[in-house]
Amino acid sequence: MLVKKFANPQLEETYDLIAEAIDKAGPDKQALFLAKLALALANMVGDPREVTRAVEAALRDL
Amino acid sequence: MHQPETQPRASIFYDYKIHPFARPPEMAGKVETVPVVVVGAGPIGMLTAIELARFGVKSILLESELQVSHGSRAIVLTRRSMEILQHAGVAGPFLKKGLQWSQGRSYFRGREVYRMVMPHDEDDRFLPGLNIQQQYIEEYLVDAVNATGMVDFRWGSKVVGLTQRADHAVLRVDTPDGEYDLPAQWVVAADGGRSAIRRMLDLRMEGRSYPGNFVIADIKCDIGLPTERLCHFDPAWNPGNNVLVHRQPEGIWRVDFRLPDGETAEDALEPTLLARRIDSVLDMIGQKKPWTLDWATVYSANTLTLPDFRAGRVLFTGDAAHLLPIFGVRGANTGFQDCDDLAWKLAFVMRGLAPEKLLESYSQERVQAAREICAEGGKSTRFMTPPTPGFRLMRDAVLSFSLSETFANDLMHWRTSRPHDYSQSALNSFRNEDAAFVGGVACGAPMRNVKLGPDDYLMDRLSPGFQFILFADSDLTSEQKTLLAAAKAASAPVNTIVVAAANAKAMQGAADLVIADSAGRVAAKYAAAPGAATLIRPDGHVCARWLKADVAKFEMALAVACAKKEAA
Repeated sequence: MLVKKFANPQLEETYDLIAEAIDKAGPDKQALFLAKLALALANMVGDPREVTRAVEAALRDL
Repeated sequence: MHQPETQPRASIFYDYKIHPFARPPEMAGKVETVPVVVVGAGPIGMLTAIELARFGVKSILLESELQVSHGSRAIVLTRRSMEILQHAGVAGPFLKKGLQWSQGRSYFRGREVYRMVMPHDEDDRFLPGLNIQQQYIEEYLVDAVNATGMVDFRWGSKVVGLTQRADHAVLRVDTPDGEYDLPAQWVVAADGGRSAIRRMLDLRMEGRSYPGNFVIADIKCDIGLPTERLCHFDPAWNPGNNVLVHRQPEGIWRVDFRLPDGETAEDALEPTLLARRIDSVLDMIGQKKPWTLDWATVYSANTLTLPDFRAGRVLFTGDAAHLLPIFGVRGANTGFQDCDDLAWKLAFVMRGLAPEKLLESYSQERVQAAREICAEGGKSTRFMTPPTPGFRLMRDAVLSFSLSETFANDLMHWRTSRPHDYSQSALNSFRNEDAAFVGGVACGAPMRNVKLGPDDYLMDRLSPGFQFILFADSDLTSEQKTLLAAAKAASAPVNTIVVAAANAKAMQGAADLVIADSAGRVAAKYAAAPGAATLIRPDGHVCARWLKADVAKFEMALAVACAKKEAA
């Protein structure tokens, strides 16, 4: 289980921020944008094991 | 000529009563300016008239129809709404008919992924939600309006024109017998989301409208589920959309679902399609049973508000002032708070107890509240009806995670309507003294209830007017006695309340109400030691508090709260 690190206001702010960015990227480029975002965040996390856990969680129940 | 429907509306559970039109004196040539005309006898207009009457002000109430609401419409009342109805003296029948509840469950792909129990304090009299059809809300308020003996209730009377003058407005009223002019010092526009008065004054709302239509259908069905908020996301029969189910009195259930994009209201209400979808909902919740339809309609979500609730001699309230999302039950519950804020201020102005300036604070406080609701309700709305592909993708991501992870689950929180905090109100004073308290109920916040005994709560005992609560030890000092006398002698109606830590019996008669608080429960809730005091507005919001009060401070705070003086 991934630990919840955000307080709810931060969670909500981030939700809106990414939703609006996806729209800015546009329908043709949204997958590319999300891949870049995931890579950037993975780099910020800086721990491949943590990134692996996130990838596994995100792959479930698609 | 206005011709309202004269036949009772059809319903399988509610017997509509026709309230006949009666010719008013104005149609016999008697024209004089009346103090207040309330336009619209929905819940908000009626509660405004009831509260005005409780503060001693007569009004004329105009309603274009001859009967109450078509359909169940606003079915959830919050605890705050029940408190407002209680201090307006009308909560009794609501409690008797309504179904109280406190939790909700959300499902995704058939699994419960989120459960929320709404906060409930043992000091609260009412549970967080009470479900009741709007027909009953209106029926009970019609009875209460008539019981005041101070409201001229005019059914079948439709406003078709409005002329603003410097110190009054003239309404043109159309009736089954023809038109007449009705001059009024003040007009309260409570004429709903499609407000004719807002249109006549050409006022524009600010904010946004959301794409996506929802169907509401009320069915009578023997469903064996408790009173809770049920939400199903992305069900197989309605991919990408969601379904809400609410229990109502009389074996009626509210089914609410989002329509596929592009589908019109007309298509959605086509009986065969509607019936198939209702069957799908019942199947989904494991309750495939026979049912009968009572009423169905289509709605969409808005976060819109007028930037000023006053326009000349017209004061807007409820849906006439703002259109707020259904998510979080924002409509009637916000409207009740509006008229609770408005009624005492308008009554005080009418009675010469406060200058007209007091009405400015109504608009300031309630526009601020509406804007906060637009921001907050907008979040729920963006989750429930994603306005763009980006928001839809994010919503789907949260739902997908919800099956194995919990970190994003609070995004499913539905953010129920809550009482607003007027912490920035111009009617508050002594902010430094307010800040000196550790906890308790701060300036601007709604007062908190306290359980005093079995079936006995602090708010049960309040009378209309300001409440001045003085916290005492085992007897009253001479200074405190002087203070209570000054509060009683004020020109505005002030109820004096002593909360006694001990020896309450000996203090009986020293105030309008003496509360024995030997366990210190009231004192703890208000973080008040003996000597402290708090002044509460007639709508139940704290406007000043002191660790140690005196006559000069009390008089200053009361003057500020009545807009006679400005806070230092």
